[in-house]
Amino acid sequence: MRHILSVLVNDQPRVLARVANLLGRRNFNIESISVGESEEPGLSRMVIVTTGDERTMEQVQKQLHKVIDVIKVQDLSQHSAVERELLLVKVGAGPADRMEIGGIIEPFRASVVDVGPQSLMIQATGERSKLDALLELLHPYGIKEIARTGVTALSRGASKAGTAVLAGG
Amino acid sequence: MPQRLAMPVKDRNHSGQLQQDYTGSEILLRCLIEEGVEVVFGYPGGAVLPIYDSLYQGALKHLLARHEQGAIHAADGYARATGKPGVVIATSGPGATNLVTGIANAQMDSIPLVCITGNVPQNLIGTDAFQEADITGITMPITKHSYLVTDVQDLPRVVKEAFHIASTGRPGPVLIDIPKDVSNARSSYSYPDSIHIRGYQPKTDPHPLQISRLHKILTKAEKPLILAGGGVVTAGAEKELIMFAERANIPVTTTLMGLGGFSGQHPLWLGMPGMHGTYAANHALLECDLLIGIGARFDDRVTMGRLDKFATKANIVHIDIDPAEIGKNVDTYIPIVGDVKKVLSTAVAEVPRTPSDAWIEKLQKWVREKPYTFCDSDEELKPQWVIRHLYESTGGDAIVTTDVGQHQMWVAQYFPFANPRSFITSGGLGTMGFGFPAALGAQLGKPEATVISVTGDGGFQMTSQELAVASLANIPVKVAVINNRCLGMVRQWQEVFYKKRYSEVDLADSPDFVKLAESYGVKAWKAENKEEAKRVWKEALSHPGPAVVDFRVAPEENVYPMVAPGTGLDEMIMGDEDK
Ligand SMILES: Cc1ncc(C[n+]2csc(CCOP(=O)(O)OP(=O)(O)O)c2C)c(N)n1
Repeated sequence: MRHILSVLVNDQPRVLARVANLLGRRNFNIESISVGESEEPGLSRMVIVTTGDERTMEQVQKQLHKVIDVIKVQDLSQHSAVERELLLVKVGAGPADRMEIGGIIEPFRASVVDVGPQSLMIQATGERSKLDALLELLHPYGIKEIARTGVTALSRGASKAGTAVLAGG
Repeated sequence: MPQRLAMPVKDRNHSGQLQQDYTGSEILLRCLIEEGVEVVFGYPGGAVLPIYDSLYQGALKHLLARHEQGAIHAADGYARATGKPGVVIATSGPGATNLVTGIANAQMDSIPLVCITGNVPQNLIGTDAFQEADITGITMPITKHSYLVTDVQDLPRVVKEAFHIASTGRPGPVLIDIPKDVSNARSSYSYPDSIHIRGYQPKTDPHPLQISRLHKILTKAEKPLILAGGGVVTAGAEKELIMFAERANIPVTTTLMGLGGFSGQHPLWLGMPGMHGTYAANHALLECDLLIGIGARFDDRVTMGRLDKFATKANIVHIDIDPAEIGKNVDTYIPIVGDVKKVLSTAVAEVPRTPSDAWIEKLQKWVREKPYTFCDSDEELKPQWVIRHLYESTGGDAIVTTDVGQHQMWVAQYFPFANPRSFITSGGLGTMGFGFPAALGAQLGKPEATVISVTGDGGFQMTSQELAVASLANIPVKVAVINNRCLGMVRQWQEVFYKKRYSEVDLADSPDFVKLAESYGVKAWKAENKEEAKRVWKEALSHPGPAVVDFRVAPEENVYPMVAPGTGLDEMIMGDEDK
């Protein structure tokens, strides 16, 4: 099963390396890791998307806790959470295609952020599946380059305010 | 060399307060003294020149090893014998990378070490400078934590944290990498008296609910069993364990790392379980209906990786300070996270007696009827006999370190340790070359003890250069080389699993260990038969300094019983006649 872990870590050099190293060494799957500032100065929030059965997930969390720079680990799959990813995609598109592409991306609330003579850059945010669906529709136009941030997420409700900033991927 | 003041004079700052100004390396030294460090093991080099300059005054005892691996194993042996963190210093680059095996070794066995490395000055870090190695990166997977100090003002806090992290919770090695410019930088100094590490708060007190669940399940356990591991030794919980086992009437098996954590003389003791364990211990694991793991991690030398055949009839209670160990290898019915000593002393109050008399009777019968056996001989010296003789000649009152291989297993089998911290061995990593330097460290930590380094002719040659340290510092370790002229354990596996195709295990052309020792100024003897063995071992024991005895033992002896990897504990090969 897919899990999203929200991990508060000390904003220290190498903290990403420590976490990534641990996950790799223990043979845990990583779909994505994103890291950025948190609501508290000196702490970063890491959002790790991983898959595994219950036992594996328990191990992942316990092993993460052993990293001295890890302050808190939360499995967002057990809470109601908002999950988002940012996608930038460059599509081959001459002036003739632009209207049509505009029509495709509109329901996705995506926007055109850069226009070249033979290409368009589109920005979209949303859950992973939504971005995948958008990419599929854009495919026929010829996708030149893709950059995705990986998932970031926050639990819903009043538990703790603040936003995670996207970075890395 | 000119004498210089190790500690500069005090002076006053503009507000008239007492202020002291020290270099980073002087601060480091002060911190080590503040932490109660008695001895450091190390090897100098360019990046630690400032540190060694601070050591020049002799404020702290330093032992110059002959290889950084020897230094760190010695620090490790010191830590295992005393329970206090061992400290090792090495230079950047090759000095630091020579520590890697020793760091991994300590991590696997949860040994508290503080490893201090020099690094190139910060402006050169990342440039592939001369003798630069990214040692914090290299050791990330094998340290409990690591620091790269970038500001001299951080040094006291870092050292304080390092000692705290290394020695509390589940202990382990912590690395402090200090660039040369930080060692040279000047700063005021004060040692912090408190510590707050937000991400590190080991839970030591057990949950009362889990203790009452344990009590409840005990009342019904007819075939209970305790599997005690190194955690009992680490926690110093030997008394609590005996009390708990006696009151609850539960037999005990101790893992390799747990040997000495429960007395080998106790009637409830079944011996060691696993690959080379006793019939009684392994069959108890197969049949028990309640298994209480205490500071043991259910590793594959005990379970044989065959969890489908391991304690299948039992509910498992797992007591450990490291929550990540619980549920890692086996499914746990009652998890108890906490310091083993605290858990046992809490649990022992009001502990019910299990209805286990019939079970214990059966197990004790197995202990009596199926002991470890070997074919003794009067022509040849048998290694098992030698180990038993080491035991008898000391009455078991010794600290014994081993290297890795057959002799290690024979010590585990034929030397029934009665006290914790008296058996020092590389259990998790299985590091050849560990035993002899570890004995030197153990002896420094326990000057009054008889310290015996039982080693193989293979492993001894991996770190025998430390004979120089034994000799120069007059560390009276007694080295018993169990010399079978081959890499015995590998030879055994090749015999049993590879149709006697002996590939690269012959050590017949080893140096003469007597001459080798003598060239370092260490007294040495050779023994080819029992009479000689008794005589020279007695001399070695009564010799006031270090000594080496080359026991020329039968080369083709195998370690039995044996459970082949991938088979279950029910498939023990009891001896050669079984094959
Ligand atoms: C550093 C290292 N290299 C290789 C091994 C693999 N190994 C395990 S036991 C053994 C043989 C050890 O021979 P010896 O030291 O003579 O001891 P014996 O088994 O004969 O008692 C070897 C090579 C190891 N454990 N450690």
